[in-house]
Amino acid sequence: MILKPHLEDVKIVGYYLGRVILGLTIAMAIPFVFGLVTREINPALDFFIALEISLFFGLILTKLCYTEKDPNWMHGMIVVSLSWIAATLLGAVPLYRSGHWNSYLDSCFEAMSGFATTGLTLVQDLNHLSYTHNLWRHLTMFIGGQGIIIVALSFFVKGLSGAFKMYVGEARDERILPNVIHTARFIWLVSIVYLIIGTLTLGVIGILSGMKPLNAFFHGICIFMAAFDTGGFAPQSQNILYYHSLPLEIVTMILMILGAINFKLHYHIWAGNRKELLKNIETTSFFITILLTFVITAIGLAQTNIYPKAFILFRKGFYQLISGHTGTGYQTLYAVQFIYEWNHLGLAGIIFAMALGGAVCSTTGAIKMLRVGIIFKALLEDIKRIILPERAIVVQKFHHIKEIFLEDKQVRSALFITVSYLFIYVLGAMVGMFFGYPFLNSLFESTSAAANVGLSCGITSAAMPTLLKFTYIIQMWAGRLEFMSVFTLLGFLIATIKGKR
Amino acid sequence: MKRFMRVTCGIVCSLLFWRIFCYAQPISSADLINNAKEYDGKRVVYRGEVIGDIMKRGNFSWLNINDGVNAIGVWTESTQIKDVTITGGYKRLGDNIEVIGIFHRACLEHGGDLDIHAETVIKISSGRRMQERLNISAVRFAAILLGILGAVWIFTLLGRR
Repeated sequence: MILKPHLEDVKIVGYYLGRVILGLTIAMAIPFVFGLVTREINPALDFFIALEISLFFGLILTKLCYTEKDPNWMHGMIVVSLSWIAATLLGAVPLYRSGHWNSYLDSCFEAMSGFATTGLTLVQDLNHLSYTHNLWRHLTMFIGGQGIIIVALSFFVKGLSGAFKMYVGEARDERILPNVIHTARFIWLVSIVYLIIGTLTLGVIGILSGMKPLNAFFHGICIFMAAFDTGGFAPQSQNILYYHSLPLEIVTMILMILGAINFKLHYHIWAGNRKELLKNIETTSFFITILLTFVITAIGLAQTNIYPKAFILFRKGFYQLISGHTGTGYQTLYAVQFIYEWNHLGLAGIIFAMALGGAVCSTTGAIKMLRVGIIFKALLEDIKRIILPERAIVVQKFHHIKEIFLEDKQVRSALFITVSYLFIYVLGAMVGMFFGYPFLNSLFESTSAAANVGLSCGITSAAMPTLLKFTYIIQMWAGRLEFMSVFTLLGFLIATIKGKR
Repeated sequence: MKRFMRVTCGIVCSLLFWRIFCYAQPISSADLINNAKEYDGKRVVYRGEVIGDIMKRGNFSWLNINDGVNAIGVWTESTQIKDVTITGGYKRLGDNIEVIGIFHRACLEHGGDLDIHAETVIKISSGRRMQERLNISAVRFAAILLGILGAVWIFTLLGRR
C-alpha cells in the first residue's frame, strides 16, 4: 500500500528547497556585480531582476514551510531533484531577458545544460553576447559541477545532520572527510585553487596567442570553469577552434582530465599519497578505456584519410575523445564535421567514450569508471568460477583508496546505474529517430545529453523540435543526478496522487 | 570557322577552370563547412564580420569571420588587415570584410583546423560601437519586484515576532 505524504513532508522539502534557492540567489549576485563593474547596465539589470525573483521564492518557501526537522532520505532526494529544476527555471531568467535565446524553453535548456555541465547550447549570436551573461553561462557550470547542493551545504546548511542525505542525492556517494560539510568545503577548496592556477595559465596563453590582456583573462576564467567542471561552454561560437592554439588545447585537456578525477583522489594526491593514482581502479579503468576508444576512433579517422599526418590525426582525434570521455564537450571541429567528415567507426569510438564518462565524485556524468571497473571485476570473478574447480573459493578485490572485497551489492548497484544510463541513451536516440534524424546522429546527440558531455553532431539547435528539447533537458537532469533522486521524486508524486492516509 | 571554334572552346575551358578552382561569388560558411571536401584546396571568396580578437602570430594573424551563421578562422599576413579596426562583440559591430583565399577542410599547417589562408583581404564596410540605452521597462519591472520583496521581507519579520 502506498501512503500519502504528510503536510510535514511537503514542508521539509519546501523549506530546504527555499534554502537552496537562497544559495542560488547569492550566486546570481556575482554576474550582477560584474555587470555593474564592466558597465553593462542592461545585463546587470537582467540579473537584478532574476535575483529579486529568486529571493522572492527563497523567502516565501523558507517562511511558509519553516521547520526545524531534519530531512530523511526521501526528503533529501526530493529536495535535490527539485533544486535542479528550480535552478534551471530561475537561472534561465537572465538568459531569456538578454534576447539571445529564442524562447524561455531555450533559456531553460541552456541553464540545465550549464548546471548539469553538459554544454549543449541553443544561444543565438553568441559572439555578441554580453560579458555578464557569458560569465553566468560559465558560472552555472562551475556551480553545477561542484553541485548546487554543495553550494547550499557550504554556506547555508551549517551543522545539519540531514546534509549527507542531500549530498548523496546529488550523485555524490563518497565522503572525502568525516563531516559532509567539511567535504563540501574541501571540494570548493580544490576547485578554487585550480581556478586560480588554471585562469592564470589560460590567461597567459591567451595573451601569448595575441588576445588583449583583459579579454584573455576573461576567456581564461570562463574556459577554466567549463573545462575543469567538464562543461563545454565557450565564450565564442567556434568553441575551442576560435583560439587556433595548441598550448590552449593541451591545457584544456589537462583541466578536463583533472575535472574527471574523483575529488577523493584529489585529496589523497594533495595529502602526498601519489601512489593511489596508479593503483586506483578508476584511474586504471580510465586509462584502459581511453586507450581502447582512441584506437577505435583513430582507425576510423585513418580510414577516412581526412587527417593525412599522424600528429594531426592524434591532435584532432585525441582532443575530441578526451573531451567526450571526460564529459566536457569542447570541440576543435564544427558539429557537422562529425557527420560529414568522420566515418561511423570514428563516431562509434566517441560515442563509447561519452557513454563511459569519468570518475564518481567528480564533475563528470555518464556510467563512470568505478562502475565499469566493478562490472569488469565481477565478470572476471564469474569467469574464474567457471574455470576453477567447484570447491575453489573465488574472491575478487579492487583498489579504491583501500582494498575492497567485491560484493554482490556493489555489482548490483553498478549494474542498475549502468542499465539506467544505457536505457536513457537509447530512449533519447529513439526520440531523435522519431523526428527523422538518422540512427547514429540520434544516438550521438542523445548519449551526449544524457552523459552530460555536450559534443554535438549538429542536431542540437534552436530549430529542433520542442519535444526533443524537452527530452534532452530531462536526459541532462536525470543523467546528472544518476536517477535515484529523480525516481524518488516520481515516487513521491505518485504517492501524493494515489497514496492512502 | 575553325578559329571561331577554338576561341569558343578556349573561353569555355577558362570559365570551367575558374568554376572549378575559384569561386568568385562569396560562399556562405554553412556551404563551406557542409561541403568541405568539395571546396578543399580551392580559392574561395568569403565575406563576413570580424569578431572577437585579432590574434597576431609573428607576421601573420588569425581573424575569425562570422557570416551570420558560423565563424571561420582566416590566416592572413598582418599587413593586409591594417585597416581592420573594430571587431565584433557586445555593443560592437565588427568591420565587414571580404577574404579571397585558399580553403582547407583540415589544414596541415594548423593542426587540422578548418580555415582559410587569405591572399587578399578587402574591407567592405566599417563596424561601429553601439550606445547602450537603459531599458526603462526593465527598470520599472525591477522596481515593482523590489516593492513586492520589501512586502515579503516585512511579512517574514512580523512572522518572527
